[in-house]
Formats: sequence, structure tokens, C-alpha cells
Amino acid sequence: MARYDNVLDTIGNTPLVDISELSPNPRARLLIKLEGLNPAGSVKDRAAKAMIEEAEKNGSLQPGQRILESSSGNTAAGLAMIARVKGYPFTAVVPENVSMERTKLLRAFGAEMISSPAAEGSNGAMRRAQDLAEQHPEWWFSFQYGNPANPKAHYEGTGPEIWRDCPEITHFVAGLGTTGTIIGVGTFLKERNPSVSIWGVQPPAGEAVEGLKNLDAGFIPPVFTDNDGYSLLDRSRVVGPRDSIEWVRRLAEVGIFAGISSGAALAGAARCASEIDEGTVVTLSPDGGWKYLSTDVWEGDLDDVAERARHELYF
Amino acid sequence: MPVEVRMPNILRPLAGGEPAVTAEGATLREVFEDLVRRYPALGPSLLTTDGDMHRHLNVFLNDDDVRYLGRLDAKVGDTDTVTLMPAVAGG
Repeated sequence: MARYDNVLDTIGNTPLVDISELSPNPRARLLIKLEGLNPAGSVKDRAAKAMIEEAEKNGSLQPGQRILESSSGNTAAGLAMIARVKGYPFTAVVPENVSMERTKLLRAFGAEMISSPAAEGSNGAMRRAQDLAEQHPEWWFSFQYGNPANPKAHYEGTGPEIWRDCPEITHFVAGLGTTGTIIGVGTFLKERNPSVSIWGVQPPAGEAVEGLKNLDAGFIPPVFTDNDGYSLLDRSRVVGPRDSIEWVRRLAEVGIFAGISSGAALAGAARCASEIDEGTVVTLSPDGGWKYLSTDVWEGDLDDVAERARHELYF
Repeated sequence: MPVEVRMPNILRPLAGGEPAVTAEGATLREVFEDLVRRYPALGPSLLTTDGDMHRHLNVFLNDDDVRYLGRLDAKVGDTDTVTLMPAVAGG
């Protein structure tokens, strides 16, 4: 059915597309789930909706109460859209080095924005949001890094959709941000078939890492540790900006216009495909390419683009 | 044979200021022990007092997170590169 009562009902049920022509191994199929087709443009619509609706249900979010979150863009966009529809004011703490499309999108949905220093990345934005939450106990802080509704959205939505559309899956490869996607999907898939391998991809954090004052200022999302992520994952790899951009361009060759973190996830999935004998590798594209048009990802020398990407927060 | 160890900005001042240093060892534990011999100030950033990996340090062996390769027991060969990265959030 393609008629909906409300835009929020269009979140999820995204297409899973076979892109095996990009697989480096003829015996490994490669499929990608296009989360950029969610209404506010990313996989984060799922977590945003789940966090808000769970808080409405348990009474921690009251009608008209201000919602607060820190985000490099996608979670904020999802929350801003849903907050607009449901009538909540919304404040997003956003690092100042996110692409201009992200801040414009947030403005489109009427969000209030507070900037945090570029050099502190998502960690800095999160700390600023935590301070604000303490100063404003009357606001509701969704805290995507520790909110159980975040992985639950993927356990109840993304995971079952992948299993329904591709029960022959042997490997699931996804990027690690809040880790909500990989925890929720990975837990669901392993329950259905314990032999499914779960591979994480860590996009390099560029200047965000360089801005850390010391190692103790580092951060591992409670969503990951509370759900025993180290036991759930079978493998985890880091993918650099150059590989990410190369693979985002390859996605365009098969007609898929995706964001940079999709390139990172696909680079990880392609490596997975090249290392296995045979199987079906499913990965996930967190968002479309629209929010990265100003970064010239699709044109120019790969090394120049990769160097620019280091200065921008894209996951 | 020495392996290359790539240092993040925040650890460089503790290891001679270079973006990469070399260390010897057949396992990650031996590589870390050799690093601490060469650069004692690095010690607390690599290992806890219990001798485990620092919680906020991600260690990649040729791009692969060593937490899934046997942690400190991960085997290291002389053409390998060890990359140290602080754990940070995305999202």
C-alpha cells in the first residue's frame, strides 16, 4: 500500500537492492538497504521515532516539552521532522563542521540549533547537550547514544525487514556511530540464524579524533556496551575517507546516490565479500547523497576530496 | 622485524612526536611492551594497570580491530601496520 495517514508511517520498510555487480567476488552476492529513502533522509528516522514514541508512552516526554539532542545531522533531522509533526519544540547541538545542507535541513523543520566546536566532533556536541540537559531539567534529552529505544527500533524494524527480504543472508556489515543499527539488527539476525556474521565498520573520525585532549575523553556508546557489543560483533574494521569516497562513487555507477558513510559501509562489505568463499553480504546505506552535494564528493581528484572529507564530520 | 605503529595526534607527544614509530614483537602484547620500553610515558595510554587494553583505545591491525582478533594475543607479522585511534562517537 502506498497511501499513508501520516508521514511518520512512511518511516522504515526501505528497499533492499542487489548490487552484486559491485562485488569483488563472483560467489558473494552484495545487497544494500537504502535508508536514505526515509522521509527525513536517513536511517536515523527510525531511532528518532522510536525514542520519541517510547518517551511519550512512558510519560517522560510531555506534550509541548522541548526535545534536546546532539547530532552530526541525521538524528537531528529525524527528530526535527517528527518534533514538527507532533508539535514539540526541538533544540539540536550540532558540531560547526557539518555540511551546510544539514543545518539548512534542520532549519526547514524549525529546529533551534546550538553549535559546538568542530575540533570536538560528536563527542563535544554530546557533552554540550549533557550540560544543557542538566541546566534545563524541564527539557527532554533523547540521548541517542544510551537510549534503548535506538537499538530497539532496529531490532523491531530494520532487522526483521532484512530477514524478510533476504533470509539467505550470511554477513551483515554496517557502520558504527551510535551503534544502534548494528546492535539491533545484529541481535535480531543472530537470534534467527546464529551463523550470520556481524561486521562493524568504523569510519575514521578525522579532525574529531585530533581534537581530543586525551584518551580518557574518548567515548564508547552505552548502547554498545549495555548490549555486549564486543561479543555480538564478529569483526570490525576501519575504513578511510579515500576508500569511502571511492565506493560512494561506485554506488553512483549503479544508480545509487548515497552519502559518504554509505561508501564506508560498502567498502567494508566489499572487503568482507572478497575474504569469504561464498555467501550473501548485506550492508546498509545510512543516507542519500543530497546532504553532501556541497562537498563535491563526486567530482575531482580522489585524494583532494578525501583530504577535504577529513575536515568535515560525516557520520 | 619491526612493525610500524601509527600514532594519533594525542599520543604523539608521548612517543617522540612522530606520526609513526616502530616496535618489535610477534604479538600485539609484545609490540605494546616494546613500545612502553621505548616510550615509557605511553604506558597508561596503551594498557590498564591490570595489563588489559585501554578502554578508549581502538587498535587496528591492518585496518582490523584487534578486539576481534584475540586482543593483545593477536599475532603481528613484520609487514603489518598497527594503527592506534581513540574511540569517539558518531551519529
